[in-house]
Amino acid sequence: MKQRLGGLFLLLAAWQLPVIAMAEDLIMTRSVLAFPEAMLALQESIAAHGYTVSRVQRIDVGLTGMGYETDKYRVVFAGKIEEIRQFTDKAPQLTPFLPPKIAIFAEGGQTVLVTINPQQYGEIAGDAIDPAIFDRWESDLRSIFHDVNSAR
Amino acid sequence: MTVHAAPQGDRLYAAHCAACHGETGSGGVGVPLSLPSFLDGIDDEFLRITIRQGRPGRVMPAFKSLSDAQVNAIIRHLRSWSDKPAPTYTRTTIQGDVEQGRQLYATHCAECHGENGDGGKGTGVAFSRKRAHDIVPPALNNRAFLAAASDEMIRRTLQQGRQGTPMQSFIKLGLSGQQINDLVSYVRSFELQQATPKVPHDGHVEAAISMESAYSLEETVENLKDAIISQNFIIIREDTLEHGLVREGEDDPSEKILHFCNFKFLYDALEVDPRIGMFLPCRVTVTEIDGKVTVTTINPVYLGRLFNNDELHEYCVEMKALYTTILEDATL
Ligand code: HEC
Ligand code: HEC
Repeated sequence: MKQRLGGLFLLLAAWQLPVIAMAEDLIMTRSVLAFPEAMLALQESIAAHGYTVSRVQRIDVGLTGMGYETDKYRVVFAGKIEEIRQFTDKAPQLTPFLPPKIAIFAEGGQTVLVTINPQQYGEIAGDAIDPAIFDRWESDLRSIFHDVNSAR
Repeated sequence: MTVHAAPQGDRLYAAHCAACHGETGSGGVGVPLSLPSFLDGIDDEFLRITIRQGRPGRVMPAFKSLSDAQVNAIIRHLRSWSDKPAPTYTRTTIQGDVEQGRQLYATHCAECHGENGDGGKGTGVAFSRKRAHDIVPPALNNRAFLAAASDEMIRRTLQQGRQGTPMQSFIKLGLSGQQINDLVSYVRSFELQQATPKVPHDGHVEAAISMESAYSLEETVENLKDAIISQNFIIIREDTLEHGLVREGEDDPSEKILHFCNFKFLYDALEVDPRIGMFLPCRVTVTEIDGKVTVTTINPVYLGRLFNNDELHEYCVEMKALYTTILEDATL
């Protein structure tokens, strides 16, 4: 049984791997869905991973309001309050980067997502924060991006 | 078990390239890769070096951690988009007249590829917005481009053009074989005057800009508003760091945020790199800990380093100066 589960995990890992750019400073993915559907898939997956969306900044609405033409462009802020509090206490240099954000924008009929690789936050925090948190953030983000990438 | 099988090019492409170049290679943040006019004009060595070295300062990342087998699998996947076999080129130098080439370049190429081969403005393919060229003319003075391209490949590109892109055949436009050779030699001469990378990758850059305020939290927030407006920004919102993460009224009032924007600047910066949502919206965080009030912003130059985009770097330097002025004005 244990072995079969191990095999399953490998398969899952191999399946998760291919949709999201690895070892990058920025993590990106693409959805073949149009913007509204991709946005929905993103917010659902964020919630399913236990994070709270604190705000959606409508960059496109701001721009068009000022007379600039643009396609859909939003920034989604999300986090967990306990983690954010821990960071602002122990690593104040991280504060202006919190809560973490994901940019999501339309590209023709498809949608592109981009975020900072959480390992970058780890570098800013230095020794103040257990790096395991950033590893988990990274794996959660990749899993969220995988969900959006594979949503149909 | 799939784990030991040869790397699968389609999956590797989906993981590492599709976000920018499109699932089917039609382009996006990156240029199109699936056009036969491109694939039939470049050898595998060009692709290999481009994947390995990227294009420093031009968004395209360097993929250093892929294995040779993985890079080859990606190349095979790209090749599956054309019926024709890959061309082979030698690495011999084409002997043209650099001086003649310089003049021809100024007349025929500079308008798109830039006076010194710096490349066009913006990234890959233009979508919602009007731009001089739908597809960005690549930088020709880029050291990784010059390492990847053989003289024969450059000549072939000038002879045939790239059908489906703004890059035309210069034989059809009436240039002679000798003139094409002169142009090749001129492009090659960029090796001697390559742009030095602008983005500081070595040395320490602070992640945040932070200053202590001589005023109370409330006074500092008011000072900031004045300073922000006097730098031609619009204040879009005032809230707390924890807003939206906790129930209304339970957020920590000693961590305030001012969000602001200069929409003209934003509009221009989005053209340089559509990924700049990572900087948005502009904000200052004001915190009070044990009676000490501190104002903090991100350092745009620090964040900008993650984008491999020299053009964006110039915007980051400007933003950093603006943020610094705002913080100084509000705290001194
Ligand atoms: C972050 C976005 C991004 C990613 C990810 C990316 N590229 Fe690129 N790529 C670009 C951009 C932008 C250019 C154009 C560079 C220029 O203007 O000089 C480019 C250029 C290229 C070129 C040269 C095209 C030409 O006309 O000569 C090739 C080949 C290429 N990329 C292949 C790949 C492959 C293969 C991958 C995945 C392993 C990849 N790229 C990942 C953005 C990206
Ligand atoms: C109307 C704009 C335009 C003009 C004029 C133009 N180019 Fe281009 N060129 C482009 C574009 C756009 C591409 C990228 C095409 C693609 O995506 O495959 C390109 C591609 C190239 C490439 C291949 C670069 C790479 O990374 O693969 C070379 C070399 C080149 N051009 C050289 C020249 C030279 C030399 C001239 C002048 C004789 C010239 N071009 C004139 C727009 C132009």
